[in-house]
Amino acid sequence: MDILAKERKVKDLEKQLSELGNSEAVDKIKLEIKRYKEKEMTKLTAWDRVLLARHQLRPTAMDFINYMSPDFIELHGDRLYRDDMSIIGGIGTIDGQVFTIIAQQKGKTLEENLERNFAMPHPEGYRKALRLMKQAEKFGRPIITIIDTPGAYPGIGAEERGQGQAIAMNLLEMSELTVPVISVVIGEGGSGGALALGVANKVLMLENAIYSILSPEGYASIIWKDASLAPKAAEVMKLTAYDLEEFSIIDRIVKEPLGGAHFDKEKTYADTKAAILEEYYKLRRLSPTEIHYQRNNKIRNFGFLQRFNYENLGGIKR
Amino acid sequence: MNSISKTLNKRKQLKNNLKVIQEESSFIKAQRMDVPEGLYEKCPNCNRTVNMKSNIENDYICKHCGNHFRMRAIDRIKYIVDEDTFVEKGLGYITLNPLFQDGYEEKIAKYKKETNLDDAYIYGYGLIYGQQCVIGVMDSYFLMGSMGSVVGEKVTRSFEYAIYKKLPIVIFTASGGARMQEGIFSLMQMAKTSAAVAKHSKMGLLYISVLTHPTTGGVTASFATLGDIIIAEPGALIGFAGPRVIEQTIKQKLPEGFQTAEFLEEKGFIDIVVHRKELKRTLAKLLAFHRRPSDGYLG
Repeated sequence: MDILAKERKVKDLEKQLSELGNSEAVDKIKLEIKRYKEKEMTKLTAWDRVLLARHQLRPTAMDFINYMSPDFIELHGDRLYRDDMSIIGGIGTIDGQVFTIIAQQKGKTLEENLERNFAMPHPEGYRKALRLMKQAEKFGRPIITIIDTPGAYPGIGAEERGQGQAIAMNLLEMSELTVPVISVVIGEGGSGGALALGVANKVLMLENAIYSILSPEGYASIIWKDASLAPKAAEVMKLTAYDLEEFSIIDRIVKEPLGGAHFDKEKTYADTKAAILEEYYKLRRLSPTEIHYQRNNKIRNFGFLQRFNYENLGGIKR
Repeated sequence: MNSISKTLNKRKQLKNNLKVIQEESSFIKAQRMDVPEGLYEKCPNCNRTVNMKSNIENDYICKHCGNHFRMRAIDRIKYIVDEDTFVEKGLGYITLNPLFQDGYEEKIAKYKKETNLDDAYIYGYGLIYGQQCVIGVMDSYFLMGSMGSVVGEKVTRSFEYAIYKKLPIVIFTASGGARMQEGIFSLMQMAKTSAAVAKHSKMGLLYISVLTHPTTGGVTASFATLGDIIIAEPGALIGFAGPRVIEQTIKQKLPEGFQTAEFLEEKGFIDIVVHRKELKRTLAKLLAFHRRPSDGYLG
């Protein structure tokens, strides 16, 4: 039974709850729900987390921004081609500190999703993000990026306008920024499309978010030629927050309520905000050079390999 | 207990791998691929059969349609770098199979044997018509030239070596993208290599990126498209998403010539498309244009 089935059961129980007036029965069912959640929803498989990360009710980037920074002003456009709705960017304050916030935004309804292109950015989206980051650097403003995308959009227009080049440029420029950058993966972190906003001093991740090189479906169809093996792929790919923290790819996990962020949104927002601010206050003490160094040092150490010293390290003539 | 025995096993395996490498450091002697006289292959472009032997002598260019065949990294170096000047650097890296994937180590070992390479990338110091530079070449015959931890590390090191020696760098890319088997670690190599390009660029040094068939995925979205000058070989497939993925997403056939080098030149993402026979001369010219007075006269 995967997490969605369990969730349906909880929903059923809650429905019973609302139909009942009798207080004794209400208490009983409430207890039952609590017990059920604690028993069934504490230990999640990787596939459960994939399902939660893509959950219809999962809070989107805009929800987080609205909670954290009520005075947020959105800025549009990449000054080159057009405004990509799948990436939102702008300026706002959190606890009195001004931040540039850049986020990948999923829609909640089908119409909104079509408008937002299911949070799959085009090159102009990445160029907009880069423009706003450069702007933030100019004014010494720290940057928060919120990552939630299945990946960069694979389409004709995207290729024509240099999807690869746009992502590469973001990676290069982000590594050179001298202001603090904090990334939060709130849902899906899909491939290069996510990394293009994720070159940060600190990378935070919600407990049930995922971050991977491609979707489990894609992985299963490439390695085993069968997309239906996605649950197995999710297990093998090590894409959950706990795995990535162990690999020190991410720095911190933000706990979610039992059963996923959508069970208690307010708490998720508050915890995320607290975590971001805590990391920011640590980074604030560093000078621009130290910020730059810290990020680059971190990036430089990514990898899992070993080198053998053998005599001819001086080089070999071919 | 289990994890300890796992580590020990791993060590043993690594030792064996090392032995393989040491034995194979003789691969340096490797010459252009030797094929028997009677071997024929179909040209993927014009579908006519070509004799492989004469094809290799013709620098892997189809004599009927001028299609550029894929080239092995060693052949490429023999072709581009002046004779007896290439010194390979950064040997001996081994991936540790971070996700404990079944069969991955065997696969790597198999490709190592087949291609005589550490991984899908080699780099070193060499001269191109007398111009000093660092040269890096990806080999698409090694697991589709995919970028895992080792390739990422070596690409980064080649930039660092170029910074250390204050040299320009030329990289030939040929890759299917990031290496699936190493998962998130492969993804992070994109950030690592891009950051290395930034450092090299900051030093005021030249980076020429030569895109050869095929350059897609994570390599396109990192160091391949960050060159000061981007050259491509005619007809090379270059793009971020593969054509099949795009077709599946948009549910229609792609236009003829989509994602080829010429297409990208037209769209403004490539500086020049250069025929393979002209490539070495073009590179030498570009390197000469960027020679600084402090570099001295080098023939």
